[in-house]
Amino acid sequence: MILSRSLLKRHTVLPGFDLALGFSLLYVSLIVLIPLSAAFLRTFELTWQQFLDATTTPRVLASYRLTFGASFLAALLNAFFGLIVAWVLVRYRFPAKRLIDELVDLPFALPTAVAGIALTAIYAQNGFIGKWLPFKVSYTPLGVWVALVFIGLPFVVRTLQPVLEDVNRELEEAAATLGANRWQTFTKVIFPVVMPALLTGFALAFARALGEYGSVIFIAGNMPMVSEITPLLIITKLEQYDYAGATAIAVVMLVAAFVLLLVINLLQAWARKRQGGL
Amino acid sequence: MNTTTSGVSTSVVPIPLAAPITVGGSGRARRNATTEPRWVQGLLISIALAFMTLFLFVPLATVFFEAFKKGVDVYVAAITEPDALSAIKLTLIATVMSVPLNLVFGLAAAWSITKFDFRGKSLLLTLIDLPFSVSPVIAGLIFVLVFGLQGWFGEWLRDHDLKVIFAVPGIVLATVFVTFPFIARELIPLMQAQGIEQEEAARVLGADGWQIFRRVTLPNIKWALLYGVILCNARAMGEFGAVSVVSGHIRGQTNTMPLHIEIVYNEYQFAAAFAVSSLLAASALVTLVLKYVIEQRVKHQKRGNSELGEHAR
Repeated sequence: MILSRSLLKRHTVLPGFDLALGFSLLYVSLIVLIPLSAAFLRTFELTWQQFLDATTTPRVLASYRLTFGASFLAALLNAFFGLIVAWVLVRYRFPAKRLIDELVDLPFALPTAVAGIALTAIYAQNGFIGKWLPFKVSYTPLGVWVALVFIGLPFVVRTLQPVLEDVNRELEEAAATLGANRWQTFTKVIFPVVMPALLTGFALAFARALGEYGSVIFIAGNMPMVSEITPLLIITKLEQYDYAGATAIAVVMLVAAFVLLLVINLLQAWARKRQGGL
Repeated sequence: MNTTTSGVSTSVVPIPLAAPITVGGSGRARRNATTEPRWVQGLLISIALAFMTLFLFVPLATVFFEAFKKGVDVYVAAITEPDALSAIKLTLIATVMSVPLNLVFGLAAAWSITKFDFRGKSLLLTLIDLPFSVSPVIAGLIFVLVFGLQGWFGEWLRDHDLKVIFAVPGIVLATVFVTFPFIARELIPLMQAQGIEQEEAARVLGADGWQIFRRVTLPNIKWALLYGVILCNARAMGEFGAVSVVSGHIRGQTNTMPLHIEIVYNEYQFAAAFAVSSLLAASALVTLVLKYVIEQRVKHQKRGNSELGEHAR
């Protein structure tokens, strides 16, 4: 009764508002809000100097560079190949297309640890692919990148597919009648329409890669300063009972994740506007 | 491009009168203007398939190949040893406990968000999405900060002889957190689109809350609900990072399947690690199949609905 009297904007005949919202708020608070605020409140116990010391040691800085760098490059590769995969799946016909379309979601469904050991085996020096390569992939920063490519693969494809399906074919015909060749039509007509969705997919893949742990730790080799990702560093600190240090680094990563979430929301709003305008 | 003299365009593009518009000369080379030449299509399809083979199909095949490389006996032994069985059991327990919790929450959240207009709605929506952007490792860490020995309730829990971290409750909590948004996010957009007229009509006709839900709302959302449950279930079974932080890795007690895989793998028992992995990979494939079946059902239903709409007009 209290909830409906103070929060409801309109009178309604439907029942269950107090119970449903009350339970939702309680559950969100217990599972998400209180535990997440614990990370921030714990960090406030540190002085500013202590916080800086914990989050800017050379080893931590090296882990940021690797995590952000590899995530960025993995998202970039996914943006490029994701666009091709989405394009091919929407526009062309070829055998086993349905099956391949379904398997795009595999990285969502396959547990990260399973993906991790499989990728490590393949890209090891005696592995299925690794033995043909002149350089090492498993147990190097390159391995981190490979794992992050796998994890981020569905995001770009799944964000682009519905947008590509909605691209107005009449615009393309108009471009052709005005003398544009296919490449010009793509770069000047199609690409501007799908660009916001492409950026959204890129940002989603990047955000997912930043926090990824399971698939990376098997293939990375986890050498401090070289191939150690930030999430692993948090676990290492925890195992040394350095709770304050682990939490401080976690807060840095949380802030980065929340900023990205905001960017993604803005991108999605932009994408909707761009699509709605056509 | 257009050089205009006194407002008259001089560059006239010839427009063929008969549709479809074709370019590229005559005879067999004629093709639709809104698609690419054959060789470009072939090239793009090859690139897409090569990329997916390298990053998706080969890893998937590797799991099963490595699992059976040393024979069926090794495989069976690996998945029936006591530690593996207890890991399978714990994974099932964690899944069976966390999916229904998130199911009830998903229904409650979707009901309040889509059927009512209230202050703070967008804040609640943001909070529901939040766990997706939190690293699994941090998801584990925050529960250690609340329930761990040095955490907010650590001493109280110890005094009452209760264990959350390094025990099953912590594993369930971490799993609930990482799978938190799945069901709610499937339900909210669908129920938003469906509106409230049907429920209101049922109410006016005298149905109580439970009847409205069971007879009106539930039939409308059952496929989306099942879809959400399947995604939630897949993630719950495979979660690694968050569970790894809160589990304590006690063999035979607090190891889930992904954690068991890690331990066995780090002991260089690769065939055994891949054997247990193959179970999870198989369940991932089942997930994809079920997902596909539901998507087809929903498409079918939508087509049926729009046909009904046509008739009504």
